[in-house]
Amino acid sequence: MDFFVVQILTGLSNAAALFLVASGLSIIFGVTRVVNFSHGSFYMLGAFIGYSLMTVLPGFIGFWASILLAGVAVGVIGLIVEMGVLRPIYKSPELFQLVATFGVILVIQDLTLLIWGPDDLIGKRSPGFEGVVKIGDQLLPSYDLVLIFLSFLVLGGLWFLFNKTRVGILVRAATQDREMVGALGVNQSWLFSGVFFLGSALAGIGGAAQLPKGGADLLMDFNILAPVFVVVVIGGMGSIPGAFVAALIISELNVFGVQLLPQSTLVLMFVVMAVVLIFRPWGLFGRPETLGSHGSQGPPEAPLRAFSGRLWLALAAAAIALTAVPLFGGTFLQVLLADVIIACLFATSLHFILGLGGLVSFGHAATFGGGAYAAALLVQYAEAPMEMAMLFAPLAAGLLALVIGWFCVRLSGVYFAMLTLAFAQVVWSVAFQWGDVTGGDDGILGIWPSAWASGTTAYYYLVLTLGLGGIATLLFMAYTPFGYALRGGRDSALRSEAIGINVRLVQWSAFIFAGFMSGLAGALFVFAKGSIFPTELEIARSFDALIIVFLGGVQSLFGPLAGGVVFTLLQDWLSRFEYWRLFLGLMIIGIVILLPNGLVGVGQWVRNRLGAAPGKPEEEAA
Amino acid sequence: MYRKLVGLTAAAAMAANVMGTAAFAADTIKIGDINSYKRLPGHTIPYKNGAVLAIETINAAGGVMGKQLELVSRDDQGKPGEAIKIAEELFTSDEVVMISGSLFSHVGLALASYAGQKKRLYLAAEPLADALVWGKGNRYTFRLRPSTHMQASMLAEIAAENPAKRWATIAPNYAYGKDAVAAFKKALMAKRPDVEFVTEQWPGLFKIDAGAEIQALEASKPDAVYNVTFGGDLAKFVREGELRGLFKDRLILGLLTGEPEYLDPLKDEAPEGWVVTGYPWYDIAEPAHKAFVADYQKRWDDYPRIGSLVGYNTMLSIAAAIEKAGSTETEALVDAMKGLTLDTPSGEITYRAIDHQSTMGAWVGTTTVKDGKGKMIDWAYKKGANYLPSDAEVKKLRPATD
Repeated sequence: MDFFVVQILTGLSNAAALFLVASGLSIIFGVTRVVNFSHGSFYMLGAFIGYSLMTVLPGFIGFWASILLAGVAVGVIGLIVEMGVLRPIYKSPELFQLVATFGVILVIQDLTLLIWGPDDLIGKRSPGFEGVVKIGDQLLPSYDLVLIFLSFLVLGGLWFLFNKTRVGILVRAATQDREMVGALGVNQSWLFSGVFFLGSALAGIGGAAQLPKGGADLLMDFNILAPVFVVVVIGGMGSIPGAFVAALIISELNVFGVQLLPQSTLVLMFVVMAVVLIFRPWGLFGRPETLGSHGSQGPPEAPLRAFSGRLWLALAAAAIALTAVPLFGGTFLQVLLADVIIACLFATSLHFILGLGGLVSFGHAATFGGGAYAAALLVQYAEAPMEMAMLFAPLAAGLLALVIGWFCVRLSGVYFAMLTLAFAQVVWSVAFQWGDVTGGDDGILGIWPSAWASGTTAYYYLVLTLGLGGIATLLFMAYTPFGYALRGGRDSALRSEAIGINVRLVQWSAFIFAGFMSGLAGALFVFAKGSIFPTELEIARSFDALIIVFLGGVQSLFGPLAGGVVFTLLQDWLSRFEYWRLFLGLMIIGIVILLPNGLVGVGQWVRNRLGAAPGKPEEEAA
Repeated sequence: MYRKLVGLTAAAAMAANVMGTAAFAADTIKIGDINSYKRLPGHTIPYKNGAVLAIETINAAGGVMGKQLELVSRDDQGKPGEAIKIAEELFTSDEVVMISGSLFSHVGLALASYAGQKKRLYLAAEPLADALVWGKGNRYTFRLRPSTHMQASMLAEIAAENPAKRWATIAPNYAYGKDAVAAFKKALMAKRPDVEFVTEQWPGLFKIDAGAEIQALEASKPDAVYNVTFGGDLAKFVREGELRGLFKDRLILGLLTGEPEYLDPLKDEAPEGWVVTGYPWYDIAEPAHKAFVADYQKRWDDYPRIGSLVGYNTMLSIAAAIEKAGSTETEALVDAMKGLTLDTPSGEITYRAIDHQSTMGAWVGTTTVKDGKGKMIDWAYKKGANYLPSDAEVKKLRPATD
């Protein structure tokens, strides 16, 4: 009995730390609709700043003052990010801001490394709460009780703020209808800034308050990101009590999961999230998203133009240039370009559902890695030749997309995104955990091309043919009736239904087709690298594709190509420098602010300015 | 137009490549180095410092075959695919003679597979996976650091001498953790068939829920605990375990726990009385090692970690191999590496011809806290050669014949 009490209290104290961080994210999303990937970085900053403050401020008062001051400091940093980075791009396409927050992650990572150095820091114990409390014959650290108390304090404080103060009521009003609040004369930008300050400060406090339970290290930002997003989504985006209940559920399940099924902890929370979203598509306490929220910011997307003659010429020139590369370029240029083409195919397949279908997937790595694993497993266990594996991989990835899509396309917006993420994590954990078949994180090795394609140039031509073929097919599909139906469903689901289009079916088919192509990219990848590991199924891999699509420009067919070329080359080039993440982050932020419609925005800007014919995208020739 | 920007970036990237190749005359020998400098800087930066120190020392003494050595270091972002691309670039653009490095096992394994396919030499410095030289070993891959199997066997030897019968294990839920537990269990059961493993805990790597894990371990009432967690996980495990009384009157073994990378962040909260593998650099009396520590502190104004020693020994091994081969040709280097014997600050090591594993050993001792810092006392250096399986067994473990 005592054992269970202690287990439950342990879970509660874990929930407390999680709730502090998640509530901040939930508030920010609720009001600003910004999916703030950098929230984990604010949490990490809170821990580092709190650590430094605790070394100078002694005693009980110093400890709690440090936590509070860390919160304020992180809140100010959040404010700077909001005003400097996000405010210029609120009018960009939906979710475009996540690219900017990704840039912020990179910048904060390197600055933290620069300021605090590479070593892990272990947190100071809380003065007055160093010991344990005896419950029956079980021991519980007394600081756990402090954390539980703190979480209720914050929950109560937020409840008071949002229900009993004018500012809080305005914030709640803004969560429900931003435009109406604006129309009533409330200065939105100050509301946004205030909310960002509060949300970031909560993350900072969360980071500093967990110091006595652990410490500060450079991996904290990514490690907390997935759990807080899960908590926010299960609770319902924007709902504080939801975040609280979800944090509780996740933490208690984890504590008992450790006891009963020690291996389950990796995937448990994602399974819970998937189940919740399947039965309650808007989370436990969330509200359905308003219809047509896609593109509600800024002007509607311009219809796609037919390819002009000049564009055809330019594309042909690009293809010829790429074909000629082995004649003048070195071996490494071919390897690099093969990587670029694979990234472009992967991103273009995501753009097909994201840009044309309005379905923002956070789990596109599932089909990329899925295809790669399918090919590798076939080679490993059936000793299949490369050709057969490459044929099989897209089919397997398409099948995977068929299953995942069936669950996901009923949802929309951020909930769709998070459900795809959950499924991707489940696929990841299968690859990771099922060591006997997949090799676990030691991966599958020795997956090399057939003899005829094993030379660098031969494989380059193979990637060029299949990669460009895949990209061309994806572009072509945009102009077929299927592509039109997909875009129709994105722009107005109601009207599309009215004219007899089965929007869900079209979206599901698009999801499968995109998965098929992403699987092809995965197959090309695995034979280029010779091995496959669960890293290719990780969230970071899905983010790569998202960044490329948004950076390039979500509203143009050529966006993912421009993004793929620039992002891959920038990364390759910058990674030679010691603080390359700082530069890459700053460059991404710079591009995002200067070109709020993505890289292709430059072409459109010039075109509008000069009134000239459509610019010919030459990005492939780079 | 944007394509100009794209073109410009690409051009700049290519120009950097071209200049990189042209700028160096033929009288340097280039060595490619790939490691996760951003993913786990606390471990990889000491490695790099050790490697750079070795290169500088060798060059100051006249280099190798009359040529200066040059290290080209690159960050792999902790991604195997990225590491392969960089390896290709190092060989074809930078024209390195061989590559070394990596810390993560999966990156090491990917590079090993690449080395085998492309017939290029790779000296794995830090990855611990047993498969690197056994199950997935190949002609072109060698490894310096004592593997999971070797270090776990050293602890199993201690465990076997202890009366403890009920054992519990806790290890991060990924390949290294699983290998470390499997190797330990096998080695211990071989010597003590009467022991029993009462629970196995598998927290996610760097995602430990320490309170819950301790509760679960405590509930199984073990006599002894075998710990494989490290880094931030270890700090949480130690603090929470200390508070909840898990370590009281129990034998606790810690794999790698004594390495400064993991022990030092704990400061005065370092666990006391654990039996661990590690690196007591402060107490090693051999003159060669003393000189290494002095040089290192002079050059970097910091003390060496185990990564520093591994980085240093890696570069010494490469220099010795080139010297022995009298050539920078891959095949000649591979032949030279087989059975290569050299002196290092940690004693003489040999790269075994049979499985390409070096015989570098590890230090096993007991942890204590002295002057507010974790230290190892009563330690002994265990020679790596004594913890490797017999030749017949190695032949079974390693399908590669070369």
